[in-house]
Amino acid sequence: MNTASKLSWKIIFRMAWRNLWRNHRRSLIMLSAIALGVWGMIWMTALMRGMVDQMIDNSIKTLSGHIQIHAAGYLDDPSVEHLIPPVNESPALQALLDSNDVTAWSQRIRVPAVIRSEREVYAVTLVGIDPARERGLSFIEESVSDGVYITSVDDKRLLVGRKLLDRLETKLNRRVVMMSQDPDNNIAERGFRIGGIFDTDPQATETSYVFGGLETVRKMLNLGTGISEISLLGHDYRQLDELKKKTQSAAMENADVKTWAEQDPYMGTMLNVMDGFILIWFAIIFLALSFGLVNTLLMAVFERTREIGLVQALGMKSSNILFMVLIESIIMLMIGLAAGNLLSWLTILPVQDGIDISGVADGLEWAGMSSTLLPALLARDVLTANAVVLVLGIFASLVPAWRASRKVPIEAITRVWQ
Amino acid sequence: MTSGQANAVKCRGVSKVFSEGELAVKALSDIDIDIESGEFLCLSGPSGSGKTTLLNMIGGLDVVTEGEITVAGRRLDKMSMSELADLRLHHIGFVFQAYNLIPVLSARENVEFVMQLQGINENERRRLAMDILEQVGLNGLEQRRPAELSGGQQQRVAVARAIVSKPALILADEPTANLDSANSDKLMTLMRELNSSIGTTFIISTHDEDVMSFAKRLVKMHDGEIVADEMQ
Repeated sequence: MNTASKLSWKIIFRMAWRNLWRNHRRSLIMLSAIALGVWGMIWMTALMRGMVDQMIDNSIKTLSGHIQIHAAGYLDDPSVEHLIPPVNESPALQALLDSNDVTAWSQRIRVPAVIRSEREVYAVTLVGIDPARERGLSFIEESVSDGVYITSVDDKRLLVGRKLLDRLETKLNRRVVMMSQDPDNNIAERGFRIGGIFDTDPQATETSYVFGGLETVRKMLNLGTGISEISLLGHDYRQLDELKKKTQSAAMENADVKTWAEQDPYMGTMLNVMDGFILIWFAIIFLALSFGLVNTLLMAVFERTREIGLVQALGMKSSNILFMVLIESIIMLMIGLAAGNLLSWLTILPVQDGIDISGVADGLEWAGMSSTLLPALLARDVLTANAVVLVLGIFASLVPAWRASRKVPIEAITRVWQ
Repeated sequence: MTSGQANAVKCRGVSKVFSEGELAVKALSDIDIDIESGEFLCLSGPSGSGKTTLLNMIGGLDVVTEGEITVAGRRLDKMSMSELADLRLHHIGFVFQAYNLIPVLSARENVEFVMQLQGINENERRRLAMDILEQVGLNGLEQRRPAELSGGQQQRVAVARAIVSKPALILADEPTANLDSANSDKLMTLMRELNSSIGTTFIISTHDEDVMSFAKRLVKMHDGEIVADEMQ
């Protein structure tokens, strides 16, 4: 009997494959359910990831960068009283910012101010920028839709958001007056011509910020060499611990170094919650799928009771019967997964350049979302979805497979023999 | 694959009671029988006499309520499910009265099924299967699935599967029930030839007089008891 324990995979696979197609309709319904489930997992995850990525990207591009350096107290009181020395006065920081750890950086003056047109007055944040350094770091240059971008640190024109322009009831090339406080608490004001208009998402940004040349703003505020903030970009917004440590050690004493997630705890939490949420989403979909899968296999096993008794009588071992049902399940899962992945790819491909959600953009603006949603299909999400369905699907199939393998031959074929 | 045992099957005090709730039916009562290797034995008797139940017990498909059964020198009640499956695979061929074949396999694949579980190589398997199907008159029908065969043809495939790997013991429950007399004679002749040539032990349950005429030994049963045991 030495060969009796041999597992004849070929016959087991052949029977499992053919058994799967005995009830075409039932198998196709189950395959469709698996495919749609996997599609739902991948598609929804791509949308959720895209949404969060976009919110974070918007947040990072809206001046925060990956890491910001401020004077201690600036975040509580963003005035000209809390300034830090410029980068060129800190050799260690200059070396870090010029290293490969940092892909872009800029320094800014950023103060609360009031903008006044001939008709309206609004509170805004006046930001003095170095236009060359902002490229690739913030949204400013790529958002200019009319007029020109700030040309230099000495540019005497302002860049204003379109929505703010509408509220001020003024136009490109018209004059406005900016007012703020200098370090001696005196009113500092200056007339500017509107040199450019920017359009960006979320639209709240258009009403919040007004940009000017760094040196022009410095002169207006009667500042010395100090600046309000340094913003820098690393390589990956999820991996900033090391860069933050290096920045902290390189930055001047009493500097407040914060990552984008620390500056915007809502966004940081959102990113952490998203991973957990995706797993919960996968679990919910799988739970719904598993009921169908277990039911389909139980029905198949029930219908084949006599047949299982027959193969047992012929000498097929319980373990082989268990594997046969499991392989049937694995084949079904694999085909369903392949179809689901294909469906996901086919449906994400046409919208990879973004889905227009401008109809609801106003409602989502509070969350920092744009009017175009870009699905983000991550390989690890696709692999996780497939692994969840395959591994948990096999576990779920153990119940019907175990039942099939535990049948007593005579009870299974009793209807035939007696 | 003959066992070489003097006794292919030995039953001692075998009883079987089927219980359902408070209702108990005694299907077999204190059966004692020795069946030697190479015998060609027919179990006869009316429906409900216990023929099929005794075959089930000898085949290790069901367990005795009392007594013991030894097949190929091994006590069935001492064997695990896995050992019983091995015994059936290597020593016993079965022909059931109906629902004999695996629906998703062709006639040839059904015949090859047991050999495949036994680990016989593909070429040898194929050759043996084609030969035996020819012997039972199913030339040209090898690729048909059971649903595409008549009842008689299905029964012949089942017989072919039972005898193809030449087990030491073949248990057949009404093997000719679905066959016409010509095919029935042909099948019984084939089984007798196998019995004579390689000494396969046959235990056949039947109430067909023609089938009984092929038996070397005829055991008559009634109400779960052996009422006659004659050599022919």
